Amino acid sequence: MATNKQSSREGSIFWKYIVAVVVFAFCLLPLLFVLSASLNPGGTLTGSTDLFKNVSFSNYQTLFQKDFPKWMLQSFFIATVTSVGTVLMAAAAAYAFSRFRFKGRRGGLTSLLIIQMFPQMLAFIAIYLLLLTLQDVYPWLGLGSPIALICVYLGGALGANTFLMYGFFNTIPRELDEAARIDGATHAQIFWGVIMRLVTPILAVVGLLSFVSTYGDFILAKIVLQRPEDYTLAVGLYVWAADERNAPWSLFAAGAVVAAIPIILLFMYLQKYIVSGLTAGSVKG
Amino acid sequence: MIDVSDLSAKPQLSHARDLSRPGFYVKLVLMGLVNAFGLYGIMTSAAQQQWWILGFLVASLIVADYVYFSKRAIPAKYLFPGVIFLIVFQVYVMGSTAFVAFTNYGDGHNDTKQVAITQISKTSDRRVENTATLPVSVIEKDGVLGFAVIRDGKAEIGTTADPLVAATDAKVSGQKVTEVPGWRVLNLAEVQQRQKEVLELRVSLSANPDDGWLRTDNATFAYVAKSALVYDQDADTFTDPEGKVYSADNSKGSFVASDGTELKPGWRVFTGLNNFTEVFKDSRLTMPFLKITAWTFAFAILSVVTTFIFGLALAVLFNDPRVKGRTFIRAIFLLPYAFPAFLSALVWRGMLVQDGGFINKVLLGNAHIGWLSEPTLAKIAILVVNLWLGFPYMFLVCTGALQAIPGELKEAGIMDGASAWKRFIHVTFPLLLVSVAPLLIASFAFNFNNFSLIYMLTGGGPNFQGTPVLIGETDLLISMVYSISFESGARQFGLASALSILIFVIVGFISWLGFRQTRKLEEVL
Repeated sequence: MATNKQSSREGSIFWKYIVAVVVFAFCLLPLLFVLSASLNPGGTLTGSTDLFKNVSFSNYQTLFQKDFPKWMLQSFFIATVTSVGTVLMAAAAAYAFSRFRFKGRRGGLTSLLIIQMFPQMLAFIAIYLLLLTLQDVYPWLGLGSPIALICVYLGGALGANTFLMYGFFNTIPRELDEAARIDGATHAQIFWGVIMRLVTPILAVVGLLSFVSTYGDFILAKIVLQRPEDYTLAVGLYVWAADERNAPWSLFAAGAVVAAIPIILLFMYLQKYIVSGLTAGSVKG
Repeated sequence: MIDVSDLSAKPQLSHARDLSRPGFYVKLVLMGLVNAFGLYGIMTSAAQQQWWILGFLVASLIVADYVYFSKRAIPAKYLFPGVIFLIVFQVYVMGSTAFVAFTNYGDGHNDTKQVAITQISKTSDRRVENTATLPVSVIEKDGVLGFAVIRDGKAEIGTTADPLVAATDAKVSGQKVTEVPGWRVLNLAEVQQRQKEVLELRVSLSANPDDGWLRTDNATFAYVAKSALVYDQDADTFTDPEGKVYSADNSKGSFVASDGTELKPGWRVFTGLNNFTEVFKDSRLTMPFLKITAWTFAFAILSVVTTFIFGLALAVLFNDPRVKGRTFIRAIFLLPYAFPAFLSALVWRGMLVQDGGFINKVLLGNAHIGWLSEPTLAKIAILVVNLWLGFPYMFLVCTGALQAIPGELKEAGIMDGASAWKRFIHVTFPLLLVSVAPLLIASFAFNFNNFSLIYMLTGGGPNFQGTPVLIGETDLLISMVYSISFESGARQFGLASALSILIFVIVGFISWLGFRQTRKLEEVL
């Protein structure tokens, strides 16, 4: 009796596998399409509809004779500097709010909370105009400069991450600080030697998430970067895909595959943190 | 528990002030760089007469030196770097958006009145009678065009910004300059390609504007031109050769004649609430604007609803210990989310192309459906693509939330004889909603401003006909703002900023709802 029931239950979930296969098709189709196009030498957009008809790696070779490697380096440079800067500045601010009691602390926290409500990218016109003015004073901090773009991203660092870190910093018992202080540690030693060591995993996650979102940013990069050789992957690949006169579709596809791989790997690693609601929808979706 | 404030009031000697430690020297070098950076900026901004930047730099440099060289202000040492970036690149730009929203800033009104007067004199020019023509070549460096001419037998070059100067190392063959070191001489085809720019190019003969400037009609010979309009400083008017008087209208920011004709360019002035009422005053904009607003809300709401329902359904189906290979299934479901979103939109656009795209040609057997060119279909296509992009996140979150619901509740429901559906509707779903509601609100706010999806998938198209700016059926408010600022011919920063303010208000309200939901406020304060 029991085994009967067991097997009928097993049978009753068979349809779930069918659902899974249908959803697989939905998930994978665009990915297979782009992978197949990337392997199709010199393929146009409309000539790439027969999946995996031609397989060759010539597009990947061509890719590295174009601006693509520059874009890749640029994206990695900008995203790395931004994420390191973001982590350091947000951690320092969270340390100040969590461990010191000073005048304006409540006010500061409240202002951060309010600022956090407004995504920085909404002010893109003013960012453009600000950089237009700044380039008269600091030419390397004006429109077209990757350094300027990093500064813009860092402007959003405190608003988005301080609270997250503040929460984690508060969970570290103060007794640890006190013990270190009694042993003669300075505030800087407590910060670098005690707190930062204990929160290293969180710092890594925040840094990687910041890396991913900077890597994927389009609007600010498009406004700031002006010359094709300075583009990030998001802007450069958009330009390629926007018009087949810029680059054949298959070349874009190869670029897309190369650009996506590091992010897919990062995501697989980060998925458990995303599930825990750490990002609260801040990365995408 | 010991109060930290007591201890921080009498700080230990920090290593950064202990001369025998490396920390001190690191700090010294860093502060040296900061001061060099600041002083350089102070000097340049003074030379450029950028008084606001100057003031800000002086103030922040003083604060920085105080914070890092004083024994007090320990929290400030940790807050300062982040706060400076926050002030400049977030707080200031938000304030500046609000400021620009009340001005007519944009192409045709992007500088001061003085600059406008110079510009008007230059653009309203005519050839000076009885002057010789000079052989000219058009030259280019970093996208900037200039003239290379032969004057009194010598080669000279100049651009819009720089008056003519002698170019001794230029090569001349026959009557033309053929080579200028550091510059590229454009050939005929290139001149034709940039015809408009060449025709508008004016190169001053000297630093004195009264000497006139060079223009060309054919890129072969240049002639001397001078302003046809005469500016009268006392009356603040321009007069043209026919005696028509254009007087300055400081509320509009331009010179206007009695018959309503305007001189271009104008200058920047405050226009009060004009930008905010513009979309309602200009009947060509009203309907498209209302449609775009409605679609923005519809898009954001439908995106959240579809991704949530699909993600939740999958989570319920596959959060079932009887299903084998759940880790594998989950990994595949996650792929669309892991693939960078900006690439997904571009790939989908490739698949949705009308003529010979993958969807039409292969999946629908040589169909000819305008997925991105029919208003309704384009909207559906966008929602489907966004479902693809967004459901894995909802699936992950819902799976997490389902697993957090205690099993006893399910057992209690079974004991009460409730059916699986009833248990889901009355027990599981309400509990789940409590934990995911803040995420749904965040997702709404994100999609409300999902610029890159729209920009990359449809570019806002199909476009509305007869609107003064380039906007379309699938534009969101944010992409409408972008189009008005950068892609609609004359850039209208004032109008675009006013619309940004509207988005700010909506998004602020939504975020506030979200915060109320999570009770973050009570938690932190």
